[in-house]
Amino acid sequence: MRKVAIYGKGGIGKSTTTQNTVAGLVELGKNILVVGCDPKADSTRLLLGGLAQKTVLDTLREEGEDVELDDVVKPGYGGVRCVESGGPEPGVGCAGRGIITSINLLEQLGAWDEKYKTDYTFYDVLGDVVCGGFAMPIRDGKAEEIYIVVSGEMMAMYAANNICKGIQKYAQAGTVRLGGLICNSRKVDNEREMIEELAKKLGSQMVHFVPRDNMVQQAEIHRKTVIEFSPEHNQADEYRALSKAIDSNEMFVIPNPLEIEELEKLLIDFGIAN
Amino acid sequence: MVKKKDFSAGLPDPTPLIEDIVSKYPSKIAKKRKKGMVANDPEVDQEVQANVRTIPGIITQRGCTYAGCKGVVLGPTRDIINLVHGPIGCSFYAWLTRRNQTRAAEGEDNFIMYSFSTDMQDENIVFGGEIKLKQAVREAHALFNPKAIGIFSTCPVGLIGDDVHAVSREMKEELGINIFGFSCEGYRGVSQSAGHHIANNGVFKNVVGLNDRPRKGKFQMNLLGEYNIGGDAFELEALFEEVGIELISTFSGNSTIKSMEYSHTVDLNIVMCHRSINYIAEMMEEKYGIPWIKANFIGAEATSKTLRKVAEFFDDAELTAKVEEVIAREAAKVQVVMDAIKPKTEGKLAMMFVGGSRAHHYQELFKELGMHTVSAGYEFAHRDDYEGRKVIPSIKIDADTRNIEDLTIEKTEKEELWREDLIAKKAKLEKEGYQFSDYEGMMPEMEKNSLVIDDVSHHETEKLIEFYKPDIFCAGIKEKYVVQKSGVPLKQLHSYDYGGPYTAFGGAINFFKEMERMLVTDVWKLVDTPWKSEPEIVGSMTINA
Repeated sequence: MRKVAIYGKGGIGKSTTTQNTVAGLVELGKNILVVGCDPKADSTRLLLGGLAQKTVLDTLREEGEDVELDDVVKPGYGGVRCVESGGPEPGVGCAGRGIITSINLLEQLGAWDEKYKTDYTFYDVLGDVVCGGFAMPIRDGKAEEIYIVVSGEMMAMYAANNICKGIQKYAQAGTVRLGGLICNSRKVDNEREMIEELAKKLGSQMVHFVPRDNMVQQAEIHRKTVIEFSPEHNQADEYRALSKAIDSNEMFVIPNPLEIEELEKLLIDFGIAN
Repeated sequence: MVKKKDFSAGLPDPTPLIEDIVSKYPSKIAKKRKKGMVANDPEVDQEVQANVRTIPGIITQRGCTYAGCKGVVLGPTRDIINLVHGPIGCSFYAWLTRRNQTRAAEGEDNFIMYSFSTDMQDENIVFGGEIKLKQAVREAHALFNPKAIGIFSTCPVGLIGDDVHAVSREMKEELGINIFGFSCEGYRGVSQSAGHHIANNGVFKNVVGLNDRPRKGKFQMNLLGEYNIGGDAFELEALFEEVGIELISTFSGNSTIKSMEYSHTVDLNIVMCHRSINYIAEMMEEKYGIPWIKANFIGAEATSKTLRKVAEFFDDAELTAKVEEVIAREAAKVQVVMDAIKPKTEGKLAMMFVGGSRAHHYQELFKELGMHTVSAGYEFAHRDDYEGRKVIPSIKIDADTRNIEDLTIEKTEKEELWREDLIAKKAKLEKEGYQFSDYEGMMPEMEKNSLVIDDVSHHETEKLIEFYKPDIFCAGIKEKYVVQKSGVPLKQLHSYDYGGPYTAFGGAINFFKEMERMLVTDVWKLVDTPWKSEPEIVGSMTINA
């Protein structure tokens, strides 16, 4: 089984990219478990056709210790098994701790049992690596390959670099590796070249460049992935290409995060200078 | 057994010892630790580093902020429910561990033997613990019907942002009793000292002044910084009662919240532990004009001195005569025991690393036994406890100190409570040389070349024992067995090892007898294994050619 975690700056399109990639992998005949690690619990919306999911933590609160796997795992598009970890309301408690609790519970309940023949687990993680709890999927070998969703915007690149610091830290003690950057285009000048260069400097690769297309927005409004909503559309093919790139990926590295000066120079060379 | 050193001609300069101790540290740490070690010269002003963060990795004696707030200051008060908001361990390990005794009157509340906790679970960490805290407050109220509930924050509460103050306000409104919270998360300060300050602030803000009870006695006084460990406060209460001083409240040994509410109706505050409770004394003076003096009831001589000073303040012939009568009678009793024991203890060496006052106070008792304190230091004191209050203006205010609220106190609006008479009295007495609001610290009273060490570490402790070979070491449970393994008896000055009381005249007698018991025995010479000095089995070998 491949254990994948998707990180990236908040609002960059992690959940959308993850779910469309998963849809692409479904077409390749893969068995997939998606674990949403965001207290907002919106990581599986496009696969389930809405926010139909009761979160692990809510279930745990209501049912006590008697939680069963079926209570928290919902089948979605193409048989993808969907889990939302959930968490507290904004400003209360500790969401990071919640993710730890919920992943531990899933393990305890046998979510990865042999009988499911799981080919892929995807962890869709909130924002930047903000604390130990949100780093949970990259600790203890929960996730072994990380893809960072990034765009040519400065703050997205800062965040990507920062996430690499987290990966580097845990990679030294465990099995986690960077699989590559996914560029979710914001139509910034020289975006493809810049992200390719960033990936190279990190010692990694850009696995795919996803162009910006309004179709993504339309599919989202209909609570569907592009692949499900408009399978013939160009954008669906882009996601299929991303899925294939991930499926055939063999480049897993411990990243070398950039110094801030180096990162800013990259922006100047590719961005402002042009 | 090691040969004792002879320090009868004076203590040796400990500078080479300091160098030897720090030589084992990395240079940066050595530099920092060295600032906390001083070869004492009572004639000279010397600066000692204190109240700074312990270096990680050094085995320290210190406790946490929560321990100082809940355990030390509010723990001994019997009619308040001290509810700990946190995982159960913080409650369990603070449950009755300080041997604070209390005597509730018939029918009066006493919750000291209970341990109240919200017992936070994973779920409360993830989703926040305020709901559970409210449930716990309601439950405690329903079961015990207390007059007051204090809520104490442990580390996770600060991390997840539960607002114990908002919960307190809401519950106070709902239940109609006094409920207040403390942001005393364990990591908040350098040591338990931060917790003392937070507790002082909370008690002053939420308790002191709630009840303007009319006067009961001719001479009204509070005793601050006496926690009634092993019954210490009982000794003092008996003493005050006999001489005719009305003890209004003790902060906080054998105390009640009720008495703290009218503790602002006194004429004088006397402060035993200068570190843990001086803040309340200062705030009471600012708000009500009540003066405070430093007191010491450890040792017969110190007790007499303090009693005379109190009598001098009240300036009443009858009181003075009574005080002298009690001193004469009790001091004679102490003298008999002292005379019997002193020949056995004379010239012996003591060492103490404890508290924010005890390492100073207990030197008195050893002095009375003819013993020398060769090295001493505090766990959590500040520079003024070492060097005297004169250094307060020059103490650097660091980020850790800023982390604790410093209350701005204003003069009371109730005119009848503002003690103009006491202010005049203080001014008059001061002119005659009477010392108010003063503490000269530990160092001026220690011998030349005694070694003062702040926040001593285990490595340093071992080195000190090796060098001085003391006859007795005073510290706490964490140090006890390590020290005793090196053949030196350790007397706990936190819990008194199940002994006490050691205050006032009766306490001095108890302490002298305890020292006789600990110092005269030969048992410590047997700590080394017999086979260390001579073989257990002797054999011979014949070689057959």
